[in-house]
Amino acid sequence: MNAVIDAKEQPAWAGFVGGRWTKDVNVSEFIRLNYTPYYGDASFLADAAPSTDALWGKLQELQKEERAKGGVLDMDTDIVSSITSHPAGYLDKDLEKIVGLQTDKPLKRAFMPYGGIKMAEEACTTYGYTPSEELHKIFNVYHKTHNQAVFDCYTPEMRAARKSHIITGLPDTYGRGRIVGDYRRVALYGIDKLIEAKEYDKLHSGMGSMAEDVIRLREEVAEQIKALKAMKVMAASYGFDISKPAMNAREAVQWTYFGYLCAIKTQNGAAMSIGRISTFLDIYIERDLKNGTLTEEEAQELIDHLVLHLRMVKFARIPSYNELFSGDPVWATLSIGGLGADGRSMVTKNCFRFLHTLETMGPSPEPNMTVLYSSRLPEPFKKYAAKVSINTSSVQYENDCVMRRVWGDDYAICCCVSATQTGKEMQFFGARANLAKCLLYAINGGKDEKSKVQVAPEYPAITGEYLDYDEVMKRFDNMMSWLAGLYVHILNLIHYMHDKYYYEAAEMALIDTDVRRTFATGIAGFSHTVDSLCAIKYSKVKVIRDEDGIAVGYEAEGDFPRYGNDDPRADDIAEWLLTEFLAKVKSHHTYRNAEPTTSILTITSNVVYGKATGSTPDGREGGMPFAPGANPSYGAEKSGLLASLNSVAKLPYEYALDGISNTQTIHPSALGNTLEDRVNTLVSVMDGYFNKGAHHLNVNVFGTEKLIDCMEHPEKPEYANFTIRVSGYAVKFIDLTREQQMDVIRRTCHKSL
Amino acid sequence: MPQEPLKGLVHSYETFGAVDGPGVRFIVFLRGCPFRCLYCHNPDTWAAASGGETATAQDILSRALRYRDYWGEKGGITVSGGEPMLQARFVAELFEKCHEIGVNTCIDTCAGVFSRENSDILRLIDLTDTILLDIKHADPARHLELTGAKLDPVLDCAKYLQEKGKRVWLRHVLVPGWTDSEEDLKRLADLIRPMSNIERVDILPYHTMGVEKWHNLGLEYRLEGIEPPSDESISRAREIFKSDKPAA
Repeated sequence: MNAVIDAKEQPAWAGFVGGRWTKDVNVSEFIRLNYTPYYGDASFLADAAPSTDALWGKLQELQKEERAKGGVLDMDTDIVSSITSHPAGYLDKDLEKIVGLQTDKPLKRAFMPYGGIKMAEEACTTYGYTPSEELHKIFNVYHKTHNQAVFDCYTPEMRAARKSHIITGLPDTYGRGRIVGDYRRVALYGIDKLIEAKEYDKLHSGMGSMAEDVIRLREEVAEQIKALKAMKVMAASYGFDISKPAMNAREAVQWTYFGYLCAIKTQNGAAMSIGRISTFLDIYIERDLKNGTLTEEEAQELIDHLVLHLRMVKFARIPSYNELFSGDPVWATLSIGGLGADGRSMVTKNCFRFLHTLETMGPSPEPNMTVLYSSRLPEPFKKYAAKVSINTSSVQYENDCVMRRVWGDDYAICCCVSATQTGKEMQFFGARANLAKCLLYAINGGKDEKSKVQVAPEYPAITGEYLDYDEVMKRFDNMMSWLAGLYVHILNLIHYMHDKYYYEAAEMALIDTDVRRTFATGIAGFSHTVDSLCAIKYSKVKVIRDEDGIAVGYEAEGDFPRYGNDDPRADDIAEWLLTEFLAKVKSHHTYRNAEPTTSILTITSNVVYGKATGSTPDGREGGMPFAPGANPSYGAEKSGLLASLNSVAKLPYEYALDGISNTQTIHPSALGNTLEDRVNTLVSVMDGYFNKGAHHLNVNVFGTEKLIDCMEHPEKPEYANFTIRVSGYAVKFIDLTREQQMDVIRRTCHKSL
Repeated sequence: MPQEPLKGLVHSYETFGAVDGPGVRFIVFLRGCPFRCLYCHNPDTWAAASGGETATAQDILSRALRYRDYWGEKGGITVSGGEPMLQARFVAELFEKCHEIGVNTCIDTCAGVFSRENSDILRLIDLTDTILLDIKHADPARHLELTGAKLDPVLDCAKYLQEKGKRVWLRHVLVPGWTDSEEDLKRLADLIRPMSNIERVDILPYHTMGVEKWHNLGLEYRLEGIEPPSDESISRAREIFKSDKPAA
């Protein structure tokens, strides 16, 4: 039995149950021993404090101004962002209970050149800012950046594959992101103890041998220690001493946020998740509520102000990035709920408070609110989440039962939908291989159907008038082997250079030194590849070739099964495609022996990938968007929502540990006639879907008519914060390009008949 | 020689129904309907000979059970139409199988072919957990005009269900100019007031999503130009029924 810690022993930990965590850095044990599961309903929640209303009002004004200025309110050009580069900044110093900005002003974007000086400068010029000449010289003459290093080493084949978009969205022009520091450590231990632990690790690494990996590790840990020291300086500029552990709830929220703030001051990764913090922070809030030093109103105020700051996270991006990831997302993903390894629900009152921010301040795309779902979560929590979903379309759900088996009970979502074990793991994010294009390459013997350039090796092309399934499969298999190999090699190169030139010292300082790495590949064009193979197998597909003999069009004679109808003929091919692709990826050596995984999740990038890909045998016209993620193709779902969910649920998560995203839009009237009915229906649907082993669900509840009206009348006040879930994140609909908006409108909306 | 299994005339399936009975439900649309409602949004299900498949009760049950995980405690199977009572023996066989494995059953009926003499229909009612009874109009003449059929069997069915204490959800489509006058609504409300077996009243706003189907079938759509009822008119109608029954 662990003893309760006395105030005299360690005042910051007074009243907590002790354990190994008091000696080692072990936040998850601390949580397990100290959290209070909550089984009640949402009636305890408090309304927004006046300060929250005022701050949120102020932020919305700034957001309006930002939109009016073309998407960027203000930008640095002369300061290279670092943990300590900026003086303290505030939205309203007198009102903010939680403080800290990326730069000196709200929504002002920092200059981050290490990922690539070219991109940092392009981001400036895109929005009418002039980059500094001095920094231009420094990062071109005296110091190399990640992007330059990668391009120095790309082979001609890699460049060609990249240019033709058969491999696409690569993190060679932006930070790879997806690394979640265990920001809770700052609150629980204070920086000094964390430095001490890292010093110990450094001392005990590489005894007696100075091999390359040991040298690299020692240098990395040295960088981490430097980052930890800088964190203290940064926090001191806001008037806080974070060298020691947090004493109360307000400090715990503030310390945790400071940890995260250091990450977003130094890295502009595509995804910068805050992690799984709600139940951890609840322990501090519970202690203060019991002591009588905090009220429920004040607790909500703290969470609201934290979330308000997460809504302010911004990076300077370039147009090609915005095309991939539309609507200015940062994936400040926040994971709540889940079950513990001991079977207890990990839902606390604080999980409610975080969801409640979508009510106190209204819908918002960030933080990317993620419920770790299980049918065994307390019913009142499931219902509350469903209600918030129905009212805001701002929540996504991921299957805690399938993820817990792999990642334990203290994982967090590190990007849009992928899980990593908090403080133990990092990811090498790898964007996607375009399998629909790969199929076209198989048919055209490695020539690109758009540019007609020989991108892949010159394998024999298919020359018959009609496509023969066995022949196509043979050629496709070969082409996929080539693609998987090239893809892994490109990622090895990118991540080598990212570690070398744009190392995430602030995040890695809050992760165990002996870190586990996953190698996150991905698939784009999934449903179209499956449906195309179905068309070839179950109907007659005639090939239309141009004057150069390149197959550029296809005519399917007769009907064929499609993925998304719970039809095993199509769904078996889907399963095969996933498992085969992963097997091919796994057959290659990966950088730092990272564990290969794959995903079926495109973001809004489905539009860009589709644009770069010619007509496919399933009848999709060249240039049209792909279906996002693991979604069935638009219009393919003929048997209703549940048949579609069943098809996606059959894809085995074990083969796509990086995630299988599914985005569904349901008309409110199809969920039921009253809010209560709608809530119950949504809970039933999610219970069923996740009990089947499915991984992820984005839930949108609105009709297409609302989207069309919003597209045509974006100025209406009710649309200023109208948020929708796209693939793996949420955006304000008015922030999407018209092309993206049209894509969303074309998606299937499940209605009642 | 084994007997050929009974087959149903199926129009189509919907895997996700949340407004056709309690909970989340699998919906089977049958072919063949005795009514010709002017506002019908599924005129393609009128003719028993219209397109679709034939299926045994076991075929349908196996198909439906793939979605059982989504049904929760209340959900199950709803047979809609067309008119399920036209294939009462078949639907009863399906529901018998449902009950053997604890699946909740529901029919969506206009009761136009109800008769106390028809033992298949009585058996079907017996095997149905909740009956969605759609009363199109409370006035016999207007009913005839709107549906092309008599009101008598509908009212007799309602009475029978009351006698049997069968759980009923009453449904009524609100069509502007046809069924939305206060007088008509009150008449219907008076009619059902004594029926303690009515668990819920669903006022369904008329919509025009089915119009295209009429055109595709080469039929003249007589309600052309009628717009869906306003939110105000819907809540007014619901209010009338709320005074006695929990309207939804």
